[in-house]
Amino acid sequence: MTLSFNYETCSGCRACELVCSLQNFKIINPSKAMLRVTAQFPDPGRYDVKICNQCGDCAEACPTGAIHRVKGTWRIDMKKCDGCLACVSACPEDVMMVNDDGMPYKCINCRQCADVCPRDALSFN
Amino acid sequence: MLYGYAGHTLRIDLGNGTVEKEPLKQEWVDEFIGGRGFTAKILYDETPPGVDPLGSDNRVVIAMGPLSGLFLPAAGKTHFAAKSPATGGYGDSNMGGHFGVTMKYAGYDVTILTGRAIDPSYIFIDNDTVEIRPASHLWGKGSTEVEEILKTDLGREFQILTIGEAGERMVNFACISHDFGRQAGRTGIGAVLGSKNIKAIAVRGNKDIPVFDPKGLLKKGKATYAACREKPGFTGWTPEGTAGITNWCNDVGALPTRNFATSHCDYADKINGKAILDELKITDKGCFSCPIPCGKYGLAKTGKGSKYVEGPEYETLALVGSNCELSDIHGVAHVNWVCDELGLDTCSAGAVVAFALECYEKGLISKQEMGMEVKWGDLDSIVYLLEKIAKREGIGDVLADGVQKAAEKIGGDSAKFAIHVKGLEWTGYESRNAPGMMLGYMTADVGAHHSRCWVLGSDVANAVGGAADANVHDLISQGADFETIPKADHKHVVPLVLKSQHLRPAFDILGTCRLQYMEIGLETRYYEELYYHATGKKLDFNKDLLHLSEKIWHLNRMFNRREIPDFGRKYDYPPPRFYEEPIPSGPNKGHKVEFSVIEEMLDTYYKARGWDENGIPTKDTLEKFNLAVE
Ligand code: SF4
Ligand code: SF4
Ligand code: SF4
Repeated sequence: MTLSFNYETCSGCRACELVCSLQNFKIINPSKAMLRVTAQFPDPGRYDVKICNQCGDCAEACPTGAIHRVKGTWRIDMKKCDGCLACVSACPEDVMMVNDDGMPYKCINCRQCADVCPRDALSFN
Repeated sequence: MLYGYAGHTLRIDLGNGTVEKEPLKQEWVDEFIGGRGFTAKILYDETPPGVDPLGSDNRVVIAMGPLSGLFLPAAGKTHFAAKSPATGGYGDSNMGGHFGVTMKYAGYDVTILTGRAIDPSYIFIDNDTVEIRPASHLWGKGSTEVEEILKTDLGREFQILTIGEAGERMVNFACISHDFGRQAGRTGIGAVLGSKNIKAIAVRGNKDIPVFDPKGLLKKGKATYAACREKPGFTGWTPEGTAGITNWCNDVGALPTRNFATSHCDYADKINGKAILDELKITDKGCFSCPIPCGKYGLAKTGKGSKYVEGPEYETLALVGSNCELSDIHGVAHVNWVCDELGLDTCSAGAVVAFALECYEKGLISKQEMGMEVKWGDLDSIVYLLEKIAKREGIGDVLADGVQKAAEKIGGDSAKFAIHVKGLEWTGYESRNAPGMMLGYMTADVGAHHSRCWVLGSDVANAVGGAADANVHDLISQGADFETIPKADHKHVVPLVLKSQHLRPAFDILGTCRLQYMEIGLETRYYEELYYHATGKKLDFNKDLLHLSEKIWHLNRMFNRREIPDFGRKYDYPPPRFYEEPIPSGPNKGHKVEFSVIEEMLDTYYKARGWDENGIPTKDTLEKFNLAVE
């Protein structure tokens, strides 16, 4: 199961970022979300949402083997992660995030963003 | 701990370049909650009496509400206020997008600008870092151009607000622009920024906003989004947004046409919501956290080139479209783009251009003064006038002060068709046969703006809005005789006007959009519950919030009285066209509002408000609302 995005209906509201940060960190702070809404204006006039599609490039880049797959979702084992951030540069979607403590974090497929998106621009398939 | 708020006020004195960050005043929070409550309180308390709106001592106040930036539908509104150069009284304007929420994430609920920068400048805010930076490279540039330059230089995550050339030259209806198509259009706050030599503000914010009960807010926020989905308007209203009302307004004889000479046109189908979807739209574009995006971003193609533009929304369709007799949707959208780039409010711009076209038609402005032959519905003429206005060249310099002051200079009988109240141009609802709407426009604190009161539905159908209005429209579409549908009696409109005047601005206090409530019917109890999870405090929407909204009404009236030397009843009269000229065509043909009716409505209204017969709040009223103002 992976998250997918359809730009045709997205209106750039960032409810997805809001729910992600609130669900996973119990804070109101969209800049901490594990997906990123980007606006391409004035030209061509569309929104893109950068999402984790569980491609696994981060896991491949990780020198300590900290990133492993649990039921289709790549997760970081923080006991093994040494904070080298090789995963961050490896992520083709730019959604391996870095926390204030310098450690990486990523989407855990919790589905909240897709549930809340009022435009059905995000879905799981 | 102050939950729901970022917790700080940012004070910037542009004259000496000082920046102060202070804790948000508890007194403001306790008594005025946020947004419009803050702007009203701060303008009254901190603006020196008698200040020149375009002088360095005027304030620009930017305020968010306790719900701004939180996980709930449409929490993306920013409230701006200043003493208005258009009216000389209380001026405010509300803007969507992502600016205010980013200010809050940077740590600021309120920003107060004073003084005047010596050179063209912009304000740079990156969380705790606040700098006044040179902006000579931005001066003279259009709004989207400036936004693009700053985003490229600083980073795409910065949110930008800018003024255009019109703001730089202090045109009385200069707006503030943001997010490639959102504006704080009304009351000339763009001109006040221009007078302070401020071209733009750029902000990045990545802090948390503390909330009382994050888990509760998560649950309630989700439930509120889910509730929005269940409303018929969620799928019914959203596709066309505000433009969806165009045909309705035309069919009930309320669409301003030819400088409000009449209230109906025969080309509404060409400039309505459907025309936007068929001809222009690229994407839906909404404000922060909004589930019902009303913005329609598209491409306008005319002989003047292809231009990306958000809109037109209803007001622009009415004021630039039918009011200037421009019947081509691409043309209207192009003018929308021109206004956005130049930094002109499309409402006032459309009204001012229509006024100029009528003056020209009647020989009150000569061809020599005009500088070219201008015509109704002609794109070249309209764009020509807007550019003259923004550059304050020739006749443009006269028109740049708005229709009221322009009529004083142009003379003849032009004051009769200068369509404004208190110096602010009228928006998109012609009201000669709509007494409640007329009264709402007459008494609004900022001048003739519908954001304070909208009761057209009950006026035309003697109904209370919602489904009943839709039925009336169906009947009319099926050929029913509009004249025989019972209309509101002017004797009964005051309570409805008061209710609307308290309800609509209430959302400006909370920091949310009102359209989720107004257009799709999201119940007020959701706001009460969200407010509780956000702040930890109980708020009864109908009792507490509407009481505060009413209190602000008295406070702003007192601001107007203090700032406008002979302020009183005469400032509440509509333009003579509405009581002297019967509507010549359309469903409301033959109707005008009698002056005796205007006086009668004002008497009843003042009494209901607790104001004296000159429209000034009595001592008792001020005491009752705990307002220590004179
Ligand atoms: S699935 Fe969950 S963790 Fe992943 S982006 Fe969406 S809300 Fe965030
Ligand atoms: S919630 Fe949906 S519509 Fe809103 S920004 Fe995210 S993907 Fe786009
Ligand atoms: S309804 Fe329109 S103005 Fe209101 S928040 Fe949504 S997009 Fe913005």
